[in-house]
Amino acid sequence: MRSNAIFARLALFISTLLIPALTFAYEPEEKEHKANADTAVHRGEMGNGGEESAKFNPGEMIMDHIADEHGWHLWGHTTVPLPVILKTDKGFEFFSSGNLVDEHHNPQVYQGTHYAYALEHGHIKIVTDLGGGQFEVNEEASKHVLDFSITKNVVTLFVVVLILCLVMFSVAKAYKRNPGQAPRGLQSFIEPLVIFVRDDVARPSIGHKYEKFMPYLLTVFFFILIANLLGLVPIMPGGANFTGNIAVPLVLATITFVITLINSNGHYWRHIFAMPGVPVGVLVILTPIEILGVFLRPFVLMIRLFANISAGHIIALAFYSLIFTFAKGGESPVAGYGVSIVTVLFTVFMMFMELLVAFLQAYVFTLLSAIYFGSAVEEHHGDHDHAEDFDGKPNQHGPATINA
Amino acid sequence: MDSITLLEATTGQGIAALGAGVAALGAGVGIGRIGGSALESIARQPEAAGDIRANMILTAALVEGAAFFAMVVGLLVVLN
Repeated sequence: MRSNAIFARLALFISTLLIPALTFAYEPEEKEHKANADTAVHRGEMGNGGEESAKFNPGEMIMDHIADEHGWHLWGHTTVPLPVILKTDKGFEFFSSGNLVDEHHNPQVYQGTHYAYALEHGHIKIVTDLGGGQFEVNEEASKHVLDFSITKNVVTLFVVVLILCLVMFSVAKAYKRNPGQAPRGLQSFIEPLVIFVRDDVARPSIGHKYEKFMPYLLTVFFFILIANLLGLVPIMPGGANFTGNIAVPLVLATITFVITLINSNGHYWRHIFAMPGVPVGVLVILTPIEILGVFLRPFVLMIRLFANISAGHIIALAFYSLIFTFAKGGESPVAGYGVSIVTVLFTVFMMFMELLVAFLQAYVFTLLSAIYFGSAVEEHHGDHDHAEDFDGKPNQHGPATINA
Repeated sequence: MDSITLLEATTGQGIAALGAGVAALGAGVGIGRIGGSALESIARQPEAAGDIRANMILTAALVEGAAFFAMVVGLLVVLN
């Protein structure tokens, strides 16, 4: 009975992995359209545009899919249009991203209130009419355009926040409704994670002042976890390379950095500018490195999350593009179908890895944030050196004694 | 599929790919050593398995960060 249910779930899981493979089946044709589309704006200047080769380009396809976009591409020529919000030097502009493409998925020029707009390599640019259906990108005016559009990643952000609110408020309500009782339903899923963040992340790395940082650590942990898991779902509203978009880790790492700076004490800065017990000659080398380290830590925090999640998406897309590389754009379909079996198996394997990575990256981000906070609030413990300092902390304040 | 000629291999893209490979090699050795030592420590002191595992993941993540630096640099070279 039980193994049957597990098998059914596994089959369901594998079939969801097949969906992207099927939707990608339209990709080469699609690419051709897109390639034509990108040059459509310049067509007027170049005379004979649209002479783009139909050869499948995996690199271009992968970069296209991990990038943010206006409108959410579902399959084939089906795209969900998303709102475009622009701030130009003449005022705000609101319109649907569906206006920027025609029914054949080719970009077209949209005449707004202040300017005419067109897509160029995924960015909205101001174009000027040269007459006779020819347009030219106005780089000068485009520079002053601020794009506040609800793009694919912004929609994902809203979905993540929505899930976060729904889950957390319902769990919080459950604790209020039946206090002191065994957790039920979603509570049983969230409670071990919260306790994990408290006992294994915050308390050992920060020490007795950990409670102050728990709200941020829990928020960032669940935010990254849900966003990463949503990125693994192949269909809308999942599948966007959300945490793999540099802006998202950048903001998260900046918040960590600011919290570290706000809570830093004299002990922290003394260890950066003049490490106690280090000769002056060494300090000349050490201090610049330590100062650099203050900025480098949040930077590495950002790069790690960004690169890990992007790499996961790139690997999955690279496996899919194997199908089209082997099929040679429909010339050898048998090779394409044959390789697709291998692709699906590889992708299933990679997806299991990615499930682990999704959790691991949320954990590592939270843990490193906690360690940075810990180093900022750490207090002077007398004259013993660092190793003892670090070991002494969890024993002194934490519930679990390591040497027990 | 075109084979990579010697000319292509000596351009920036080829060298970027080589750099990414070397970085992966370094990270692989590093993470392998971390995993090996962690297993050894757990075998010696199974009661400390939890702490060792947490530290192992942390250290592996730090090593991985260095490899990802190289990957991002490689990607930037390829894309520009």
